[in-house]
Amino acid sequence: MSDEDDIVLSELDDEELVQQMHDDLYDGMRPEIEEATHILLDRGWAPYRVLTEALVGGMKIVGEDFRDGILFVPEVLLAANSMKAGMAILKPLLAETGAPTIGKMVIGTVKGDIHDIGQNLVTMMMEGAGFEVLNIGINNPVDKYLDAMKEFDADILGMSALLTTTMPYMKVVIDTMVQMGIRDDYIVLVGGAPLNEEFGKAIGADAYCRDAAVAVETAKTFMARKHNQMSA
Amino acid sequence: MTTPPHLDDDRLTEKGLAPKGAGRILVIGCGALAREILAILDRNGLSHVDLRCLPAILHNHPDRIVPAVRTAVAEADGYDRIFLAYADCGTGGLLEAAAAELGVEMLAGPHCYAFYEGTPDFLARDEIDAFYLTDFLARQFDAFVWKPLGLDRHPELREAYFGNYRTLVYEAQTDDPALTERARDCARRLGLAFERRFTGYGELATALETLDRQ
Repeated sequence: MSDEDDIVLSELDDEELVQQMHDDLYDGMRPEIEEATHILLDRGWAPYRVLTEALVGGMKIVGEDFRDGILFVPEVLLAANSMKAGMAILKPLLAETGAPTIGKMVIGTVKGDIHDIGQNLVTMMMEGAGFEVLNIGINNPVDKYLDAMKEFDADILGMSALLTTTMPYMKVVIDTMVQMGIRDDYIVLVGGAPLNEEFGKAIGADAYCRDAAVAVETAKTFMARKHNQMSA
Repeated sequence: MTTPPHLDDDRLTEKGLAPKGAGRILVIGCGALAREILAILDRNGLSHVDLRCLPAILHNHPDRIVPAVRTAVAEADGYDRIFLAYADCGTGGLLEAAAAELGVEMLAGPHCYAFYEGTPDFLARDEIDAFYLTDFLARQFDAFVWKPLGLDRHPELREAYFGNYRTLVYEAQTDDPALTERARDCARRLGLAFERRFTGYGELATALETLDRQ
């Protein structure tokens, strides 16, 4: 039974509703996000606008507070699950309405490593930002990366690792790309808890991304540079 | 047998163990190894070896291990020699580099799971989908796993964390049926198969026993 303090989402105006969605994402309230997503669509919002203003905008706040040590992994996961539920509603509509695509990315956790929380977050945030993403999962040997990059016609390769014992495998993948003469055909981004910028440089990646939001911004910057080079 | 207050698990997790301040050799170790190290020292009569343990919870924050070890080495006064009872422990080689710089020895291998079992055997198994507990971690499962991952508040996140794991391997340092049951229950809570592997003190004992001859 509803309590008199309960917020009725359908009674909020657009601005209040988007603000409420940011709060609900922050609190990991999945049913409320699903309901509000439907309300905005029913009010005639374009799916892309719901995605960027309500969902991505909300996750940006979550990402910033995670970076600042205000939120922790469990809270980020709950927020991500809520955003995922909203995206599940929007995805088919985005495909129909031809939302802009910024670039294509293959992402996966390296061989010997089964941790995929980080790369799943990156996948979601990249999709939210307008990238097409092929997530090839966990424990990927070099051949699986290379095949996926070719088949998907990727612009970007993202590699993830949680363990200090598995992160050196990223260099194996990059070295293989160098040997094959295809290294410069791709933007290579790496991430994962034990990595740092120094490691990213040492293995020959284009950039180390400390979190999903940074991955999105970095990917956008590199894609813009790529387009500029092509048109020059 | 009741546990002496200084070896209480919660205390070892949050505060570690202070040295007695006597002995020629100081072992600086992880609080998760305190009881085991003292047992090894005791059974070998290594009364010239003192022990200081850093808070075991650093296990969950590898980036804090090297600064804590540096401070502990700087504070060690009056010892002829220092030995670090740490493996790499997720520091990505930074602890090894710091130990070399400080002129102190340390344990080989990636983690306590490796040196308890024997690092070559552990690495040869290449069990990428195993989640490990030791005696200490089985006793402190809630403090090290369940609560920090938010599973006490949000059990629905279990799949996100452990969906790719298959087995919980309990590396037993001692024969303790009650602790084995506790570890089995941890596996059940995580939705994983259970395997108990008796390791004893493994390479931790081998390394500390050499302190007798030096």
